[in-house]
Amino acid sequence: MSKATQVPVRRAGHTDLESTRRTPAPPAGDLIDSPRFPVQAKVELGNPVQRKNLHHAMTTIRAKRTKVAAELDNWEDLRLAGEAIKNRTLRHLDQYLVQLEESLTAAGTTVHWARDAQEANAIIVGLVNEALGDAEGDAREVVKVKSMATQEIDMNEALEEAGIAAWETDLAELIVQLGHDRPSHILVPAIHRNRSEVREIFLEEMGRYGRPAPEGLDTEPANLAGAARLHLREKFLRAKVAISGANFAVAETGTLVVVESEGNGRMCLTLAETLISVVGIEKVLPTVEDLEVFLQLLPRSSTGERMNPYTSLWTGPTAGDGPQTMHVVLIDNGRTKVLSDPKGREALRCIRCSACINVCPVYEKVGGHAYGSVYPGPIGSVLTPQLRGVTSPVDASLPYASTLCGACFDVCPVRIPLPDLLVHMRHKVVEGKKAKAEADGLKGLLHPHAEPAIMKATAQVLSSPKLWAAATAAGSLGGKALKGRVAKFGPLPWPLSKWTNARDVPIPPTESFRAWYARTHHEDGSLK
Amino acid sequence: MSTSEAREAILSRIRTALADVPGVPAAEDTPVPWTYGQPRVLDDVIDRFEDRVVDYRAGFERCSASDLPNRVVAALRAHGVTSTVLPAGLDAAVVDAVAGAGLAVSRDDPPLSRQQLDATGAVVTTCATAAAETGTIMMDHGPGQGRRALSLVPDVHLCIVRADQVATDVPEAVARIAGAVRDQRPITWISGGSATSDIELSRVEGVHGPRTLHVLLVEG
Repeated sequence: MSKATQVPVRRAGHTDLESTRRTPAPPAGDLIDSPRFPVQAKVELGNPVQRKNLHHAMTTIRAKRTKVAAELDNWEDLRLAGEAIKNRTLRHLDQYLVQLEESLTAAGTTVHWARDAQEANAIIVGLVNEALGDAEGDAREVVKVKSMATQEIDMNEALEEAGIAAWETDLAELIVQLGHDRPSHILVPAIHRNRSEVREIFLEEMGRYGRPAPEGLDTEPANLAGAARLHLREKFLRAKVAISGANFAVAETGTLVVVESEGNGRMCLTLAETLISVVGIEKVLPTVEDLEVFLQLLPRSSTGERMNPYTSLWTGPTAGDGPQTMHVVLIDNGRTKVLSDPKGREALRCIRCSACINVCPVYEKVGGHAYGSVYPGPIGSVLTPQLRGVTSPVDASLPYASTLCGACFDVCPVRIPLPDLLVHMRHKVVEGKKAKAEADGLKGLLHPHAEPAIMKATAQVLSSPKLWAAATAAGSLGGKALKGRVAKFGPLPWPLSKWTNARDVPIPPTESFRAWYARTHHEDGSLK
Repeated sequence: MSTSEAREAILSRIRTALADVPGVPAAEDTPVPWTYGQPRVLDDVIDRFEDRVVDYRAGFERCSASDLPNRVVAALRAHGVTSTVLPAGLDAAVVDAVAGAGLAVSRDDPPLSRQQLDATGAVVTTCATAAAETGTIMMDHGPGQGRRALSLVPDVHLCIVRADQVATDVPEAVARIAGAVRDQRPITWISGGSATSDIELSRVEGVHGPRTLHVLLVEG
């Protein structure tokens, strides 16, 4: 019934398709080929406008979340319930997925399964082609509800290569798409842009892909949102096919849930004739009643609202109301790999609220692009290297993109122990490098990481008063030599560069504590 | 049910990945420390509901059942509306009052096209239940509520909520609406007008859904 229609999906460089493209081209290249985190972080830190935008936005959203979470006296109980429900589902995922499939099918929805991105995209392209029939030209298009799953599989580009235009309808996703850009946040993907930049993008690009921005458009957010309303309305009113994700999928009833703010989701879910929902296999919840827990946790953790403006629940097609043909594509795409690690699987509880990202001091400075992943911030640093593996340079660097301050765990609505998982993933990266060194016949010659060697040397110095005195004396000499010339060190040579690439080192004081004490105190401890 | 190769592969990967999980029923393996459907303790449910709805910058007024038709007409006029869609099942007195006031009325029968709906000024609906603590209206699109597009495309949504429909909080409201979900009805939760915070996180009311939501709370 749900056999994938085999459509070859070619992953071409974007530039050679530029002239025939239907939608704005995103930046060239695949995310997994991004530079290591510290390399790209340095580039991002050099963008003062982005830093200012992020500081303002993250400060605002953190305050809102804190306020509405504190309003509920049973917030911690909700977090514990959320954690337990997700654990129950994940630990018995095969049963709940089979139940979900039965319920969806009974409700009139066709279920498809996809092992990876390529398989998912082939199914989706086939379904869209089938739904569009012999429609030509501009009519070969779909409207999209914001969805992380479709970003993960790079679905828009797969559709583009099949000659189908996929239009993002979430305001921020539209800004990103029209700006030939990539999302930098899972909730507010254009948060690295300010209102002036948004205005420029709208004025420049909207007219090329539909209704142009109104003349004289200013930078007022309300007017920018108004321009998006007009631009997208013509696309909604003619939509034949819509593609959504799902925040939750209820196994018991086959109900899908989409949580949103703008009404673009409702437009897609209601006005299209065919609806295709791309759902990660970890999105399943056992019963309808479980929604009372998650629909309290999610909005308060996410946008910092008591409730998001719109939540849609649907259970197959309804005669005379909305799409009459419905498909669900259940995707694995690395999730079963995550599930196979009893520790790492805790990351699969994630409900994509973004609270951990908003509270992360590293994210606030560097923004989302440095992570080379559709999931940035703490959750991205533990989830992406599990989904994709730790072999690429960027994936091996992500578990280190954190100070382990612990703020992320405190705000996580499903209590994912993010700092523990970051350390766990660092261990996996080191083990991976060791295994590779061994395979390359370098066992014993190279330690995969400089940090343990440095720690070992430091331990020797700290355990010997003589060595310590000598080391601090050497440090003060350096301090005296540099005093007044510079305030801090830049990058130091290897292997110390491993530390200083992402950190400043202060100039040593001109005198050690011990030397100062001996100079100013008698042997009995009294002041000289 | 699907018998695809991918399905079997994924289920088999899951079973292999979960080899450490003991083979006992899910509820026994992982207890959930939560009591479902509990009401929240509130001094005054309607006051709380009003406070929350107004906080979303939506309109809110209270009226008696007998006064409702006139208040509907007055609210429509206040928003400069000239055309309306009034779903089947809406109180006949309200329909008569709106038509009697000279406003254009469609009953969506036969169903309006998307373009006709886009050209309609306002929709008046009832709802299924509501949650005071979050200021949420829940529709199951039964009689008086219309199909989903009706309360989405027109720019003004007047929603009639009976006082006895307002539950204290989300758990109590979910318990009330769970039956409609199990009956496979589509459900829409509405908390204020459509909004976005996508530009610099400054909240803007009114994007694609109705830019105006006005709640008429009927007491007595």
